[in-house]
Amino acid sequence: MKAFAELYAALDETTKTNAKIAALRAYLEKAQPEDAVWAVHFLIGRRPKRLLESRKLAQWAIEEAAVPDWLFGDCYHAVGDFAETIALLLPPAGTSSELPLHYWVQERLLPLREADDDTRRAWLIEAWRSMDERQRFAWNKLITGEFRVGVSQSLVVRAIAEVSGASPEAVAHQLMGEWQPTPSFWRQLAAAPGSAAESDGGLGRPYPFCLAYPLDGEVENLGDIQEWQMEWKWDGIRAQLIRRGGRTFIWSRGEELMTGRFPELEALGALLPEGIAIDGEVMPWRGDAPLPFAQMQRRIGRKVLGARILAEVPVVLVGFDLLEFESQDVRERPLKWRRAQLEAIAPPESALVLSPLVHAGSWDELRQLRQQSRERHVEGFMLKRLNSAYRVGRRRGDWWKWKIEPYSVDAVLIYAQPGNGRRASLFTDYTFGIWEDGRLVPFAKAYSGLSDEEIRQVDAFVRRNTIETFGPVHHVKPELVFELAFEGIQRSSRHRSGIAVRFPRMARWRHDKRPEDADTIETIRALLP
Amino acid sequence: MPLLELRDEGLYCAPGGFYIDPWGPVDRAVITHAHPDRARPGSKSYLTSNDGEALLRMRLGPQAVIQAVAYGESLTLGEARVTAYPAGHMLGSAQIRIEHAGEVWVFSGDYKLASDSTCAGWEPAPCDVFVTEATFGLPIFRWPSAGEVRDSIHAWWRANQQAGRASLLFANPLGKAQRLLALIDSALGPIFVHEEIERVNQIYRARGVQLAGARLGDGEKGWAGALVLAPPEAHASAWAKRFGTASTALASGWMRIRGTRRRRSLDRGFVLSDHADWSGLLSAVEASGAESVWVVSGFRGPMVRWLAEHGRRSISVDTRFGEAEP
Repeated sequence: MKAFAELYAALDETTKTNAKIAALRAYLEKAQPEDAVWAVHFLIGRRPKRLLESRKLAQWAIEEAAVPDWLFGDCYHAVGDFAETIALLLPPAGTSSELPLHYWVQERLLPLREADDDTRRAWLIEAWRSMDERQRFAWNKLITGEFRVGVSQSLVVRAIAEVSGASPEAVAHQLMGEWQPTPSFWRQLAAAPGSAAESDGGLGRPYPFCLAYPLDGEVENLGDIQEWQMEWKWDGIRAQLIRRGGRTFIWSRGEELMTGRFPELEALGALLPEGIAIDGEVMPWRGDAPLPFAQMQRRIGRKVLGARILAEVPVVLVGFDLLEFESQDVRERPLKWRRAQLEAIAPPESALVLSPLVHAGSWDELRQLRQQSRERHVEGFMLKRLNSAYRVGRRRGDWWKWKIEPYSVDAVLIYAQPGNGRRASLFTDYTFGIWEDGRLVPFAKAYSGLSDEEIRQVDAFVRRNTIETFGPVHHVKPELVFELAFEGIQRSSRHRSGIAVRFPRMARWRHDKRPEDADTIETIRALLP
Repeated sequence: MPLLELRDEGLYCAPGGFYIDPWGPVDRAVITHAHPDRARPGSKSYLTSNDGEALLRMRLGPQAVIQAVAYGESLTLGEARVTAYPAGHMLGSAQIRIEHAGEVWVFSGDYKLASDSTCAGWEPAPCDVFVTEATFGLPIFRWPSAGEVRDSIHAWWRANQQAGRASLLFANPLGKAQRLLALIDSALGPIFVHEEIERVNQIYRARGVQLAGARLGDGEKGWAGALVLAPPEAHASAWAKRFGTASTALASGWMRIRGTRRRRSLDRGFVLSDHADWSGLLSAVEASGAESVWVVSGFRGPMVRWLAEHGRRSISVDTRFGEAEP
């Protein structure tokens, strides 16, 4: 736990990528396999299923720190991080734990889930009392599962690749899908590149997703349009469908296994040949057109899928790429070839819809077609080089997304509350209002889009112009106007304004506008499809 | 009768006819210390401690009318007797004790209980009403000892020296920077300071405070391995570019919270404050023996509620102190 807490602190203490990789590497080289594998497991963002209610964790910390509940709440609002608040509040540490990470994880952390409350409480207090402040912080983070420390999965992958000598792509692939954090898995990862996939639950393992950058500059810069494949950019759930060993696996981009949630796609898997991996977008679909994404949200949230919702919101896989064919990894083959094979294996009249290719003789013609995006319920175009391989992660050059301009409205800041993590104790989470009959009604929440300097200015404004507070929420004088951008707009009975928008963010601070210049509900309703 | 009342310009002592640390222009201002949220220009006359006079002059300019008193020396203003006690916050920082008609109030300004070789140490001042700050008035704020902080700064500096980098340490140029210079071992390597800090250093040295550190500009090309002290505003400025890929750090009580450090994109945060931490604030209240407490800055709500739950009358007073804390 000592080395791991030090690694955590070292990663946290630098903003420089190379220093982070060096710290990871130094840890991984020295660590025992049974510790290293857990470190990797947590650092790439895997977390145990919920171990206990945070309410209980807070209660025991409050008792151990001997502070009243309300004061714990005030502290949490200042810190913005639950695990950290507890670490800072506990009585000063007099010691530190020499026990290794895997002891704490296997003997104390994971058994928390099944233990009764008396045992849990005793274990937590034992842990806190035997750890120093850094260790307590890392430990609390493991429990709460919010183990973000400014390292991306790709940094961990690079560090492992440096330790093992394998390529980062191979390491990334091995870390996909389901694997058990066992010492033998780590030995395979660290020693023999590429061998872990077969032995350790590798049957359903997906490939790392290829991601696109937004197109910057003019589309003409991409050169000859004949060298490009054009598709609509679907707004669904990115997924890989894998058929191996007579079984079907559906993976999300977040590496969540979603097979059980889409019986239609499981049925589709049975129609496909053995040894197949298809990349695509899961979409709610009827006839030959997508349903609004809000329909999908009705379905995603459900644990049990009744016959009714399945009938009302059927899904398909809009497939656009083939990564494995006849049990061979075909990602290095050109896109043109992969697409042709995909077309050849697609069963007719099935839940596999081939992402239609868009044909245009010139970039200008494509630009015209792009104007149909909204009515087609798509977000613009995906542009892919016909002779390109399927790459790992976000790369420039072969895949571009050419999105349509977002919607935009001017709205007035009416509520603010402090953010979390690096935004703790700054007012960064805002609610914006629009005019309806001379009153400002809440319209959208937005958290992103401002520079740090602008955030500081808004923060200072909030502190000086609070009219009243409801817990952490400050109701402020309606004075600041922002241009909000968003992607989609829907009617909604759950929102006060009767309207729900997708991905709202602040596009610009309109210093030039007064609150009375902000948009009205009528102008926004006019945007509804 | 209350010895202080809240007016538009600041906290006013009616029997004495003066304001303490007013934010508006007034006839007579008593100043606890020379930080910008406390010492504002525009008043007709100022009173401060002997140790703080030159710093206040630096802030207000040559034409300001400033009277100075020694710590412990009593002065009659109007019908009130006024005495300055050391607050331990920075050179010249004072708590203002006001006595009138058998009642004693102490306005403590900003203060810390920990020792600091660059200024007179905090002294308890018994009173009926204690007016306190609560900049760090939450129990998550618990300061490590100055020795621990010094050791971690040294370790960071050494690691940077080994990597051939400069160590760029940001700190409040008035008070914190001087405390750091007195704390850090100047035998470890060359120390440079931003000119804004050097101006303050000269005033400290003139009051007999021993400080290490050279002026900036003496470094020529030798930044690698050096420690450079600068005001926080210099972070990511054109000025800071000369140091190349330096490691950056800030010394402040706010560095106790990870989010505040990461928000500033700093490599390191050293928890070093010239304010009292939670237990320091509670000790000061206890030592004052006051029946009631005014909390005038920082986490006023939690502090007031805590004191009330522990049997002390306490109110939160909305002032403009603590604005623009680094």
